[in-house]
Amino acid sequence: MQAHGILRASRAVGRSLRLRHPQRNLPATAASTLLPLAGAALRPRSTLPEKRTSIPSTAPTPAPPPAERGEQQRLREYAAFTGEVDPAYLEPYERERMESNLENSREIRSFSINFGPQHPAAHGVLRLVLQLDGEVVESTDPHVGLLHRGTEKLMEYKTYQQALPYMDRLDYCSILCNEQVFSLAVENLLKVEVPLRAKYIRTMMAEITRISNHLLAVATHAMDVGALTPFFTAFEEREKTFEFFERASGARMHANYIRPGGVHQDLPLGMCDDIYAWCRQMASRLDEMEELLTENRIWKMRLVDIGVVTAADALKWGFSGPMLRGSGVPWDVRKAQPYDAYEFVDFRVPTGTRGDCYDRYLVRMEEMRQSLDIILQCLNQMPDGEVRVDDRKVAPPSRHNMKASMESLIHFFKLFSEGTVVPAGETYAAVEAPKGEEGVYMISDGTNRPYRVHIRAPGFAHLSGLNMMARGHMIADIVTMVGTLDLVFGEVDR
Amino acid sequence: MCAVAALAYRGLRRLLPSANAVSSFAPAALLPALPHVRRVHSSAQQRPSATAGSDPFRTDTQWLLDRSAQSLFLTEMWRGMGSLLDVFLDPRSVYTINYPQEKSPVSPRFRGEHALRRYPTGEERCIACSLCSAACPALAITIEAEPRPDGSRRTTRYDIDGSKCIYCGLCQEACPVDAIVESPTLESAVETHEEMLWNKEKLLGNGDRWEPELARAIEADAPYR
Repeated sequence: MQAHGILRASRAVGRSLRLRHPQRNLPATAASTLLPLAGAALRPRSTLPEKRTSIPSTAPTPAPPPAERGEQQRLREYAAFTGEVDPAYLEPYERERMESNLENSREIRSFSINFGPQHPAAHGVLRLVLQLDGEVVESTDPHVGLLHRGTEKLMEYKTYQQALPYMDRLDYCSILCNEQVFSLAVENLLKVEVPLRAKYIRTMMAEITRISNHLLAVATHAMDVGALTPFFTAFEEREKTFEFFERASGARMHANYIRPGGVHQDLPLGMCDDIYAWCRQMASRLDEMEELLTENRIWKMRLVDIGVVTAADALKWGFSGPMLRGSGVPWDVRKAQPYDAYEFVDFRVPTGTRGDCYDRYLVRMEEMRQSLDIILQCLNQMPDGEVRVDDRKVAPPSRHNMKASMESLIHFFKLFSEGTVVPAGETYAAVEAPKGEEGVYMISDGTNRPYRVHIRAPGFAHLSGLNMMARGHMIADIVTMVGTLDLVFGEVDR
Repeated sequence: MCAVAALAYRGLRRLLPSANAVSSFAPAALLPALPHVRRVHSSAQQRPSATAGSDPFRTDTQWLLDRSAQSLFLTEMWRGMGSLLDVFLDPRSVYTINYPQEKSPVSPRFRGEHALRRYPTGEERCIACSLCSAACPALAITIEAEPRPDGSRRTTRYDIDGSKCIYCGLCQEACPVDAIVESPTLESAVETHEEMLWNKEKLLGNGDRWEPELARAIEADAPYR
């Protein structure tokens, strides 16, 4: 019977019951006047005070307002405000304050909810703590670190070759770009020049990666917003890109293919033909996706003018990639500081005009078309030749040489046991990863392991800007904005 | 009946220009510029669509009529559904495979579950040089070795922790005698952690079972290595 009383009372005033410990020596007004039922449950019958049924005309001994209003009073006022408790049970000063609060609404607190980390639209382990005013988002607080694996620290204990597979696992949707930036940093320190064929292979693979990543980004974005159909088209094509990675490297995702000094192995015979055939049909598959999305009124209702980022804001928050170009800033590392074979290929940089989610979607679609263009140019221009730098301190000898020559065998053993010794120095290498500018700042102390590696992940900067983008939008638009940020938590949390 | 209609529709679609061409081919009357439709600049094929260079604040009658007609007749919705129907009826767009019975092909370079190979004589290849365990980034390989009575050096223990392995392929690259290889087998799912701790017996068993495929894969990949 008593337990039943507690239940009913707790339902009436929510969490205020928890604060009311029976052992605590509360003033009689605090416990018994507000909560006759809870008082009955928690106190012996004999000490139950008389229930007040009407507002006393004059308080016999009016309690002076405390200097600092405690949690108890606040909760009582709140319970009275929400109608769960009759205001008659309040002390006069509390009632006054409640009424004045009601007038200017100072005390209505915003509602805070968790978005993720298990939310299906949260793209992995994103956790946002949203402060809501009704359905309007007042502030967004991203909590990161659930996928933190200490990659940068781990790399300090691995040789340069062993550290490379860890790069795969950062942004696991654009794997070869991660490897590329790490390799470029090591090559900067080694001061080696990669053979031209390797440069073209890298460029081509990076662009296939870009298409693969944008297909995922647009498709899951559309799915979060409510359009499931483009997802199937996109993932079918994405599967084909994985087949290319698998043929070149042996793994569908974690390729470990682009190495310091070139690429691991040459492309297998016939693969370039298949890439060409795939490129030929890819454009029409993009049209198919655009047919379903671009002009669609539901898609536009959900995206147009949502999450507007001005160019100034985008620069201020360190945005890059489609997030920056969607705001109209034509910044692209491939154009600004061409690496690998980008100086030999011709492509354009799409930019948006208004900086909303719809513009960023259009930029991503156009970038895929440009990537197809680059892939075709690479296929046409790719020369024959070596794919690894001809330096046995950097790249292993071929199998045949290793078997035939003693010196190559020694190099082979040195390379796989000790690794490459990189001269002391520091460097920053950046690539235009599909998500934005991805950089590696690397310090070498002249040993076979990096002294320090810092990875500049574009997703982290974009996530930081979410609060700025989301303020004042409805809660459903959070999903749209998280989708357009193209977050992958492997790189955000590192 | 439905199929006939659909086929007729597809025939009609073939006659019409394809989806993307529509936006550049159709006259402005069919595809009016909405004020909030913006094309990105500098596209690959400079699309002369109706929206390019349009004034977002235009209010002339023609535009107003076009826009009203489009929004009234749900044109973009019908086009989307049409393209969906196109895919639905296309016999080539069946991509599902009956997995356990059918399998997609894997390349010779595929890096799956590990195997230890033997020479055709039956002698195991591994000479316990420990290069694989030195190259392993995940520290998943443990090797112990001692000379045999016949004087040859072989492993007494060769363990791979399959739950640590990241399948980067550095062990098979580092192996000078092609003893440890990553096989084209991708079905390595097990129920307990202990089953992922592979010892020498298990790895040699893998090698014996898959030797034809392993040899074929290495031969196919030999020109590139």
